[in-house]
Amino acid sequence: MVRLIVRNLSKNYKDKKDKRSLALKNVSLDLDINGIFTLIGRNGAGKTTFIRIVSTELLPTKGKVYLDGVDVVKNPKEIRNRIAVIPQEAELIPWMTARENIYSYLLWRGLSFKEAKERTIAVISRFKLEKYADKLPRKLSGGTKRKVLVALVISSDAKIIFLDEPTTGLDPISRKELWDVLNELKKEHLVILTTHYLEEAEELSDYIIVLNKGKLVKAGTINDIRNAIGYPYAIKIFNGLNKNIKLKGKIVKKNDGTFQVFSDEITANNLAKKLIKEKVKFSINPTSLEDIFYMLVGDINKGEENEN
Amino acid sequence: MKTNTFSQLSASVMANAIYAMKNFPVMLINTILAPFGLLIIIFFVSHGTLLNVGILGGFILVMVNNGISIQGDLTHLKNDMKLQDMLVSSPVSPTIYVAGIALSELVFSIPDLIVLSILAVIFIHISAIAALTVAAVMLLTFMFSIALGFFISTISRDVIEGWAFMGLISMVLSTLPPVYYPVTYIPLPFRYLAYISPTTFSAIIAQGSIGFVKFSSSFILLSWAVLIIVSIALIVFAIKRSRWREE
Repeated sequence: MVRLIVRNLSKNYKDKKDKRSLALKNVSLDLDINGIFTLIGRNGAGKTTFIRIVSTELLPTKGKVYLDGVDVVKNPKEIRNRIAVIPQEAELIPWMTARENIYSYLLWRGLSFKEAKERTIAVISRFKLEKYADKLPRKLSGGTKRKVLVALVISSDAKIIFLDEPTTGLDPISRKELWDVLNELKKEHLVILTTHYLEEAEELSDYIIVLNKGKLVKAGTINDIRNAIGYPYAIKIFNGLNKNIKLKGKIVKKNDGTFQVFSDEITANNLAKKLIKEKVKFSINPTSLEDIFYMLVGDINKGEENEN
Repeated sequence: MKTNTFSQLSASVMANAIYAMKNFPVMLINTILAPFGLLIIIFFVSHGTLLNVGILGGFILVMVNNGISIQGDLTHLKNDMKLQDMLVSSPVSPTIYVAGIALSELVFSIPDLIVLSILAVIFIHISAIAALTVAAVMLLTFMFSIALGFFISTISRDVIEGWAFMGLISMVLSTLPPVYYPVTYIPLPFRYLAYISPTTFSAIIAQGSIGFVKFSSSFILLSWAVLIIVSIALIVFAIKRSRWREE
């Protein structure tokens, strides 16, 4: 477990005309986390700013951050041998092979030549990158390049890995492959991740924080968030809805004519019984992160709420 | 874990010079040929009389060109690869990282320096004191070029802007100054323009050291003073202005 304490964290960016834009506003957290910790939010929500401050790349305008017991704003050097970062849009150095990229990164982190070489060989083997190891990045697919970047940070001593949108731009198969890598990775490391893909966050995350316009909207496990919003279940009604069935909860009519009802456990249970009785075709699932996200950050759904 | 500073320095040298030359040998050919184009022209135009000055100019220009190359390299690594962002959040310090990249630029200079040294031994018959003087001038020239290149890399926000800066610096430090010929060949009042560039003072000291041009000792002292002050000022300025962790 790694403890992350964030107190009143704010960040203002100044442009050339001294115009300020707010990226983070008074974000506070106190969490013991392990596994994969994911930040989700729309573009400009403050995910990258948050990750850059916690990983000591960026100074906040105000506030404190303690990661693994270290004040990262005041004493960044103390945490830097415990963390590793792959920034958004990071690339392998194009004139070096995958192996040379990994080896150089390890040397930059201060490992001896012998240890860097041994670890490079080990991580190439662990990620099954042998046939790509001596190729230049331009000869690698986007997915393999990302895999090499992840391999590169994993091979270090860092126990906390920051990945800023690591799957952006990857095809679905490459993305799934990287998910496998991340699921493997979380056994030994804390992974702090940002993503735009909500199904990815749902699939991978042990802990999620939702940011919107620089503010913390919700934090917790996905179940915590489901319960906190009051709609942990989603019932999708495909056809045959009649007047005998009164819907309770948040109701959303979809473009394809189906209804989606978000409700608590008891309401969902009662509704399911009625739907079975009326022979209405439906499905019932825990509310997806995508739906939660739209409720929290989007236009709070286009549906009508019926609490009667 | 104990951090190995030598490994960290070596990483910059290997990444920015050794692997680049190994995987793209054409870079090496380009680097080697760069100072010889002008040297050959000067040789023919002067019917060989300026060969020794031209060789000295070659030494200085190699230092200038490879020194200011740090600007393009750092900008490229920072903006296109996000390497700086990766390294900020790691145990390497900015000083070690930049010192390593600076060393890598020196490594790029080695093939040129070998060829120029052979030519110097054959054609200049340089004394030990003059050789030491030229070496000191080369070191100072390299230092102010590196400092200027580093400073520009921290203020250029993308590669295009970096290229524009690079063109300007290259003109001021290597094209305009009288490196391959004596400053006295430039008629007054245009000669004063040459004094804008610190490279002119490098050339004056080097040319004076082999006795090709007789400058007064006060003028040579002034040239040393300019070189040292410019180098220190640019290094201090670059260190103060540089940004590792962003604000």
